[in-house]
Amino acid sequence: MDYAATTPVDPRVLEAMKPYFSKKYGNASSLHSFGQESKKAIDEARQKVAELINANSNNIIFTSCATEANNFAIKGIAYANKNKGNHIITSQIEHHAVLHPCQWLEKQGFKVTYLPVNKYGLVDLNELEKAIRKETILVSIMHANNEIGTIEPIEEIGKICQERGIYFHTDAVQSFGKIEINVEKMNIDLLSASAHKLYGPKGVGCLYIRNGIKIDSLLHGGSQEFNLRAGTENVAGIVGFGKASEIAKKEMKSEEKRLAALRDKLIRNVLKIENSYLNGHPTKRLPNNTNFWFKFIEGESLVMRLNAKGIAASTGSACSSRSLEPSHVLLAIGLKHEEAHGSLRLTLGRWSTEEDVDYVSSVLPEIVEKLRKISPFKSGW
Amino acid sequence: MEAYSKKVMKYFLHPKNVGKISNPDGVGKVGNIRCGDVMYLYLKIEKNKIKDVKFETFGCIAAIATSSYITELVKGKSIEQALKITKDDIIKGLGGLPPIKIHCSILAIDALIEAVYDYLSKNNLPISENLVKEHERIKKTLEMVEDKHKELVEIEESVL
Repeated sequence: MDYAATTPVDPRVLEAMKPYFSKKYGNASSLHSFGQESKKAIDEARQKVAELINANSNNIIFTSCATEANNFAIKGIAYANKNKGNHIITSQIEHHAVLHPCQWLEKQGFKVTYLPVNKYGLVDLNELEKAIRKETILVSIMHANNEIGTIEPIEEIGKICQERGIYFHTDAVQSFGKIEINVEKMNIDLLSASAHKLYGPKGVGCLYIRNGIKIDSLLHGGSQEFNLRAGTENVAGIVGFGKASEIAKKEMKSEEKRLAALRDKLIRNVLKIENSYLNGHPTKRLPNNTNFWFKFIEGESLVMRLNAKGIAASTGSACSSRSLEPSHVLLAIGLKHEEAHGSLRLTLGRWSTEEDVDYVSSVLPEIVEKLRKISPFKSGW
Repeated sequence: MEAYSKKVMKYFLHPKNVGKISNPDGVGKVGNIRCGDVMYLYLKIEKNKIKDVKFETFGCIAAIATSSYITELVKGKSIEQALKITKDDIIKGLGGLPPIKIHCSILAIDALIEAVYDYLSKNNLPISENLVKEHERIKKTLEMVEDKHKELVEIEESVL
């Protein structure tokens, strides 16, 4: 029930990767046949990843993770285009892998606007238009939120950016391979994705970069990845990413439908609990995401009680992390601190079944009730 | 999420002395909902002894475990004995707490101090200088916590 955190490697992906750890260990930069074998494998994987988002394979740059891809996109665009302007627009609910590079750029003299969102977590297009200045060089808005699952109107955002001649980057880590992405139709200039959210291995991600985009490299060294990302390629990881993308492309449509039905059943069941609320948009949300908050109880306790029942979940409560603040996403959609402390995210995936949904639905009410019994707040704060 | 000791998990999953006491002799209310931890401690006192004790806590695993544990520690003790309990007794007794959760053990001690203070003042009994000091400190912390919290968050953000 925590597939949004990470996913297991699909056995088919693992099988595809295996030879590249031992027999086929060549360095893709070598001229001999071992090297060329690896190079061919990377090219094939690049093609599969590209096909998933209707891109040309030459526009896919493999990275070590999506955090690197986000850093690459944001810092790379900022520095390569600083003669044109120094202003970036993003949203308040981005992943830290977008927010923190933006905050770092502010320290280097760039200006950043963090767009607010409405109670469902949606970015307002009018707000975006208003925020655009003549110095704006980049808009970075995530495709789907990792906590509350809200799907942003990126096609419209991409259109606005295209009309204004501003680069548009989207962090698609949570949506990649789960819902349709078409970089052409959606006017996307740059897109970050990760393999480990898609039943691929950890340690590999990618950045899609449209032709003609001016971008600086993050890593300098060898000429790998079209001279844009130096470093010996993680061949096995890349092969795994390719295989994971190939499977996702084949199974996405049916899986999306299956998961959305499970999601809606789970939401219906959980909301039967008194004083429980759904976070995020009721329909514009990832097929595998649910997020709730429960009055009068705290999320870490909730997660660990679920854990004791064999259910893995996550929370936006501050107590669950090293941070002192609850989730910035939940605060941005208007939850109070005490409400955000009571949040619970349950996310589904490839091996989630209706039995799983039924099981969570059966144990959750009892756990909530027990924690409320311990809580000093039973009817009012 | 930090790793918790087996004992912490035991107290968290099976807390003792949960609930309210009707007509309590002393009540201690500490913590702040904004930070995510609120603890209420109820005392029933007879002949200077803690005859019954119950708690209600909104908070994380450590907060619930420390609340439950302190109720066990103080039950049956005299007020003087109970006030001798330190946060280290709680931490040690629970088999350790993650560093970031140490404040939960302090919160439990504070709840006890407040409950005892409440009892003594309501009954016009003598209150030691030290207890008055502690009570003032806790009250001040509660008032300050909003500002303090803001300050801590700012520090945290600046080091990121």
